[in-house]
Amino acid sequence: MLRYLLSRLLQAALTTFGVMTIVFFVMRLSGDPVLLLVPEGATREHIETVRRELGFVQPIWRQYLTFLGGLLNLELGVSVVQRVPAWDILASRIPYTLALAGAALLVAVGFGIPAGIAMAIWRGRWFERPIAALVVTGQSMPTFLSGILMIMLFAVTLRWLPSSGVDGPASVVMPAIALGMLSMSTFARMARIAVVDELSKDYVRAGLARGLPLGKVVTRHVLRNAAIPVVTIAALETGNLLAGAIIVETVFAWPGIGQLAIQAIQSRDFLVVQAIVLFVSLVYVAVNLAADLLYAGIDPRIRLGKP
Amino acid sequence: MSLAANLRTRLARAPASIIIMASLLGAFVLMALFAPLLAPFDPARQSLIQRLRPPGHTTAQGLTYLMGTDDLGRDLLSRVIHGARASMLVAVASVSVSLLIGSALGMLAGWRRGWIEVAIMRFVDIMLSIPAILLAVLAVAVVGPGFQTLILVLGLTRWPRYARVAYAQTLQVATLPYMRAAELAGAGGPRLLLRHILPNIAGPLLVVATAEFGLMILFEASLSFLGLGIQPPTPSWGTILSAGRQYLERAWWLTAFPGACLFLLVLSVNVLGDWLRDHLDPRSRPRG
Repeated sequence: MLRYLLSRLLQAALTTFGVMTIVFFVMRLSGDPVLLLVPEGATREHIETVRRELGFVQPIWRQYLTFLGGLLNLELGVSVVQRVPAWDILASRIPYTLALAGAALLVAVGFGIPAGIAMAIWRGRWFERPIAALVVTGQSMPTFLSGILMIMLFAVTLRWLPSSGVDGPASVVMPAIALGMLSMSTFARMARIAVVDELSKDYVRAGLARGLPLGKVVTRHVLRNAAIPVVTIAALETGNLLAGAIIVETVFAWPGIGQLAIQAIQSRDFLVVQAIVLFVSLVYVAVNLAADLLYAGIDPRIRLGKP
Repeated sequence: MSLAANLRTRLARAPASIIIMASLLGAFVLMALFAPLLAPFDPARQSLIQRLRPPGHTTAQGLTYLMGTDDLGRDLLSRVIHGARASMLVAVASVSVSLLIGSALGMLAGWRRGWIEVAIMRFVDIMLSIPAILLAVLAVAVVGPGFQTLILVLGLTRWPRYARVAYAQTLQVATLPYMRAAELAGAGGPRLLLRHILPNIAGPLLVVATAEFGLMILFEASLSFLGLGIQPPTPSWGTILSAGRQYLERAWWLTAFPGACLFLLVLSVNVLGDWLRDHLDPRSRPRG
């Protein structure tokens, strides 16, 4: 177990380092990163001052080392627009995005997994059809479109729910459904495949042959084994939910990090954008690490390093 | 049976829903190809007196706006038809770029093994741990929006998925006896990869490509909606929807028509993709 733990930790550290490297190079794609760090319409002297102050006159490998060193000290730089540390701006928005992503995950898991199990158990029967149709609809609907349609129906026409902003728990309902829909489809598909896979195994036939009712075989044995791939998907989906928040938060004026990202791009506040990308990626790496460890806890085959 | 022949016989036995979705996709492809011929108006021509006209509105000169007009008095139908072009072009081009890079690197990693394998597959893992839409948003924001940028950014951020599949498939195929035979017969690396491995791993790659095609259409629309994709005045469904959002209460057609097109296009791609997967991958084929 200890060996597995160490190798997984090392892998996560390596990935983190890789993510930082990619972000470092993407920020330099435009040729001159200094132009991204000064307010629009800055004078030439101002640009040169910033270049010297932030060390962009140094060779690129030194810039890279400084960048990595800064990140290790949790320094994400100071916003050039608001003149406060980028982390402080980011931190004030994180709770909103976490609340939204959490609610969306609830929607996705709460509808997706039962739908997937139902499709697997009733495979080929007529009621698989409507569920399958719902799943493929969720997969084909852009988040911003389902968001707009819900605003049209529930906020503009029926006036049941607030159309945007944060005003009590009711305002999270529409953004969470819009954000969770794509993940719901993913969960449903994965749960279906996992359960179908398990249902074809010998132990299910043995259980049925001994006279156990199908419902009992599924709840007692199949779901436990099918849970493993679903846990991995849940971890992967967290990243998609956090990233999808960029669009949903813009549609619903939800004051999380997604809305912040778009606002920061519009005001050319690139250190804040960079901080958001790094933050979301690191959360993603951490969640996947946690899922792998949980996995190893559930399944002894992984822990012992056997196939 | 070859891949194409296999598909042809299966297509002949396809259910009605598949035929409908295939025709729908075909219609969108034709719409994109022949947009200038099909559009009744110039999609960029503005008219201040014809702003926000409802669908079916006929002017004094006898011109009919079948889908109505937008906030600048441009014909919505023509813009929607031209929007199909932007969608398709970005999706086709970015899928090609990522398919090419991903399958080349994946095959190389699976074939050469050793440190090349470790380096490539580590890089794939790292790329996959940055949420794609976020990486695309950052890259577009840095480089500046536009058509080519969009294609390059999407193409260069989405290849790891193909690389993973190509890698796993190559590992399997490379151990088969016929590969050994080809090698002993004197076939070199490029020949082995292109003539003997690629045809055998094309199916799974095609399945990934279809799924990605739908996703790329969504990404283009989403980025354009955020103002980071196709730039006005070039029509794109995402930008039309973004403008229409401000007129939700007054002009429903600005949201309804491009929204319906976007949904139907992605739906047809996804349904066909699922069908393709079920028929190329025996493991997920429904029994009975």
